[in-house]
Amino acid sequence: MSEHPTQAESTTTTPDDARRHLVVVGGGMVAQRLVEALRDRDGAGTWRISVFAEEPRPPYDRVALTSYFSGRDAEDLALGDPALWEDPLVTLHRGVAVTGLDREARTVTTSTGRAGADRTIPYDELVLATGSGAFVPPIPGTDLPGVFVYRTVDDVAALRGWVEEQGRRWNRPVRGAVIGGGLLGLEAAGAMQALGAQSTVVQFGTHLMSAQVDLGGGEALRRLINQLGVAVRVSTATTRLRPNRRGTVGGLEFADGGRLDVDVVVVATGITPRDELARTSGLAVGARGGVVVDESCRTADPHVWAVGEVACIGGSCIGLVAPGYAMAEVVADRLLGGQAVFPGADTATKLKLAGVDVASFGDAFAQTPGALELVHSDPVAGVYTKLVLSDDARTLLGGVLVGDASAYATLRPMLGRELSGDPSAYLLPEGVSGLSRGDGDLPDDATVCSCNNVSAGTVRGAVTEHGCTDVASAKVCTRAGTSCGSCLPLVKKLVGAELAKAGLDVSTALCEHFALSRRQLFDAVRITGLRTFSDVLGRHGHDQAPVGSRGCDICKPVVASILSSLDDGHVLDGERATLQDTNDHVMANLQKDGTYSVVPRMPGGEVTPEGLIAVGQVAKDFDLYTKITGGQRVDMFGARLEQLPLIWRRLVDAGFESGHAYGKSLRTVKSCVGSTWCRFGVQDSTSLAVALELRYRGLRAPHKFKLGVSGCARECAEARAKDVGIIATDQGWNVYVGGNGGFTPRHAQLLAEDLDTETLVRTVDRFLMYYIRTGDRLQRTAPWIEEVEGGLGGVREVIMEDSLGIAAELDAAMAAHVDRYEDEWRATLDDPEKLQRFASFVNAPTEPDPSLAYVTERGQRRPATAEERAAGLAVASSPTPADEPMLVAGPTLEVRA
Amino acid sequence: MSIEADPVTAQDASGPVSPWIAVCQLQDLVPERGAAALVRGEQVALFRLVDDTVRAVQHQDPFTGAHVLARGIVGTRGTTPTVASPLHKQVFDLRTGGCLDPADGPTLRTWDVRVEEGVVLVSAAPESGGPS
Ligand SMILES: Cc1cc2nc3c(=O)[nH]c(=O)nc-3n(C[C@H](O)[C@H](O)[C@H](O)COP(=O)(O)OP(=O)(O)OC[C@H]3O[C@@H](n4cnc5c(N)ncnc54)[C@H](O)[C@@H]3O)c2cc1C
Repeated sequence: MSEHPTQAESTTTTPDDARRHLVVVGGGMVAQRLVEALRDRDGAGTWRISVFAEEPRPPYDRVALTSYFSGRDAEDLALGDPALWEDPLVTLHRGVAVTGLDREARTVTTSTGRAGADRTIPYDELVLATGSGAFVPPIPGTDLPGVFVYRTVDDVAALRGWVEEQGRRWNRPVRGAVIGGGLLGLEAAGAMQALGAQSTVVQFGTHLMSAQVDLGGGEALRRLINQLGVAVRVSTATTRLRPNRRGTVGGLEFADGGRLDVDVVVVATGITPRDELARTSGLAVGARGGVVVDESCRTADPHVWAVGEVACIGGSCIGLVAPGYAMAEVVADRLLGGQAVFPGADTATKLKLAGVDVASFGDAFAQTPGALELVHSDPVAGVYTKLVLSDDARTLLGGVLVGDASAYATLRPMLGRELSGDPSAYLLPEGVSGLSRGDGDLPDDATVCSCNNVSAGTVRGAVTEHGCTDVASAKVCTRAGTSCGSCLPLVKKLVGAELAKAGLDVSTALCEHFALSRRQLFDAVRITGLRTFSDVLGRHGHDQAPVGSRGCDICKPVVASILSSLDDGHVLDGERATLQDTNDHVMANLQKDGTYSVVPRMPGGEVTPEGLIAVGQVAKDFDLYTKITGGQRVDMFGARLEQLPLIWRRLVDAGFESGHAYGKSLRTVKSCVGSTWCRFGVQDSTSLAVALELRYRGLRAPHKFKLGVSGCARECAEARAKDVGIIATDQGWNVYVGGNGGFTPRHAQLLAEDLDTETLVRTVDRFLMYYIRTGDRLQRTAPWIEEVEGGLGGVREVIMEDSLGIAAELDAAMAAHVDRYEDEWRATLDDPEKLQRFASFVNAPTEPDPSLAYVTERGQRRPATAEERAAGLAVASSPTPADEPMLVAGPTLEVRA
Repeated sequence: MSIEADPVTAQDASGPVSPWIAVCQLQDLVPERGAAALVRGEQVALFRLVDDTVRAVQHQDPFTGAHVLARGIVGTRGTTPTVASPLHKQVFDLRTGGCLDPADGPTLRTWDVRVEEGVVLVSAAPESGGPS
């Protein structure tokens, strides 16, 4: 705090010496929530908080750990607002474990991990949030190299490194086994598959996920897991892990005499609470471990609390994050003098494994006296669903959903309530039974998002009271769906229903002139084949629009983009020119003072010395400010309207073409230098980038889009920040989609792996065309992927498996684009009629805008500020070089003196 | 009727001021796209609508000070002809210069326009509107 005295004073009202000190042991998910909640509510700053975290990184989303294998990296797992850790009242000690607790003295001892001395830290209140560790059963051989647990980022990173290393060593697929067939074990098996290893799940119990689902559900689940290519052995006790000749793990031996050869093993047999500090300091622990606390999460020591997985509450520890969050809220409230109590745990779970839908909630095993079970089992479809109802068959007590968990989001909040409608409606896949599920009747106090404890009423309130008009804003407003995301379908329905009720426009109409969305209009125009704005407006326009309606700045550019995607006519042809934003109209980027910037294309960021000199000479002659863009090319600023054709005449003569920096179209394909020069490169990224840039140049889309190609996993081209990112592998190319920088930065997600170049190009072709056809106005690829049917999986099915049967059409559309491409600037320079639009004034076509004014900064000019103009510091824009040819014709009215 | 073509330098022409300045031919203007013109030293944005009426408002965007309005997209709101600023998309009524979006935005100056024998004539002085 001494480092930030001013900040501390400005944000709080409590003097430093009056603050109490909260020490939190453990920097996991629940600790993060506790600190966030306390800082949120402790406006007066009565607490300063020290968090001691054994792991070397700030709290992260452990629930999403497995996504580390599907292309997300450690940073993507970050939880909450990183600014929390910059709060002057919060200190996070990373990589520091608490090793001792003296309750009498109210101090903890820490080890710095390094050689440094132990430290003793006094506390006023202490919260144990140490979570659990992986439980490893006492089987010989679990200490061999190649045996892993599955709990932390370091664990999964080590596992990944090992599997990759084994993959390089052997000339065959890596063989893996997972001991333990619960939630964690199945996730780990999926992760191994994702790394390209074969995997076998070895389950001691009679069926998979035996803690959550019954035997019937476990059977259905086994079939689904088999379909993913994962082998399953149930009722199998592992007796020994055997080393191979190199001393690393080589095989498993089972009680029934069976054996399994392996190169890697994950032990996922359960968790044990990290209750060491409680034990050594004489606090009570539960029969199966865990720090015993009361309903306020306080231990027998009034100054020591426990939250999260380590807390033994009501006699047991709970291995789920939502109850932990609830405990964090309780303690935050208590520390500020409140009386909150733990509301009891919602132990509903859902398996997060792509392609396997499993959920279990409430009394899944029908242990309530008199409970009725309603079961639907369809082994062919791989579906098993069961509802547990009260003895009158009305109140929902629990359920198991395997193979189709679509009803989960709706059912879970109904737990303990009377189901509206016929319960069987929830057993059959949605839409099949013909019965309605009555989602809309959810009571206001039903919990929709249990991760963040958000009720249906709160979600509705986001629309009715806080003016949210879509799911994205309702998420931000209520935090619903921001953790595990399983409730999002329900949030979407609630928001939609509320908007409709409020008479708010849930319509996707473009504007007052078109009742259709961009996507609908695209299809309509594709089918009717109309090719002018007037025709499109007449035929597809809003039937309520008054006579004389002529479109607007929203629908006109959309129609222009659709027309150019469909037939690639010149953007400035005929009536179409009038539809364009000024950027597209004059093929340059409008700047704040009314001048434009000019960007010639440099495919893949490659440029010859001669090219650079030509660009430099143009910039010099026209006195343009130059800057290198993030897309690896040169941007020249300060070009006046009437100068654009002159500048482009010179650039085209030097071999350049339009860079489309102005269009809702391909910008650049950024690349690293790749295997041609780089000693690390494994593929020729530059050649691929050049080829792709030449292929997609000029392609119009709902929004601008960018590509990147990296020649190895070091990713110097930052391809994963692009709409389409391509990263070289030993075997070919991995392709990622949906990345962007800007206002809401997104990392691209893995679409396909190890493609050869031809398959890669076809995949990208289809991805872009599918996006162009179905994207909404100004929708970039990331939100499009979220909204298009089936999300990323759906996109993959459409373009890789042709699930809609449109792949050939998409291919043909791209081939047509490549065929018809011509440089817009070259075509414009050859057309005197098109050149007329570059007249600065219709009655004085080459007269510069007299209002422009500049000052010099760091050797180049920039627009003068109002103050600089007033102070007389600015100069007028530079004259066009005298020897330039006349491209724009003079006025048509002769000037009479 | 007297037609005086207006060179850029004519703003300080002395002598009797003609009320109408010939700026260009109607055919020089593209329907539903603006064009800038210099009228007695002032930058004016001309818009030829579908029915061949021509509207004139100030070329300067009152929100940024840049002279760009002739480069905005022309359209309609209800039956009102409009132009949207190409910089930040504020929408103006081409008949009155009034700002429609945001509703409390500044009003553009407007000029009277006549088209006679294919020649576009702009009144020598702005007709209305707030300060530029
Ligand atoms: C792969 C995986 C998938 C999961 N999926 C789900 C799911 O789908 N749904 C769900 O609800 N839950 C899931 N969980 C469980 C969920 O992650 C935990 O319930 C949650 O992380 C518990 O939070 P916590 O803060 O109590 O413990 P943790 O997040 O484990 O944090 C405890 C932290 O304290 C540190 N620590 C321990 N002792 C000390 C010490 N003495 N000094 C300093 N630091 C210490 C630990 O290193 C750890 O970083 C999953 C867990 C895993 C591993």
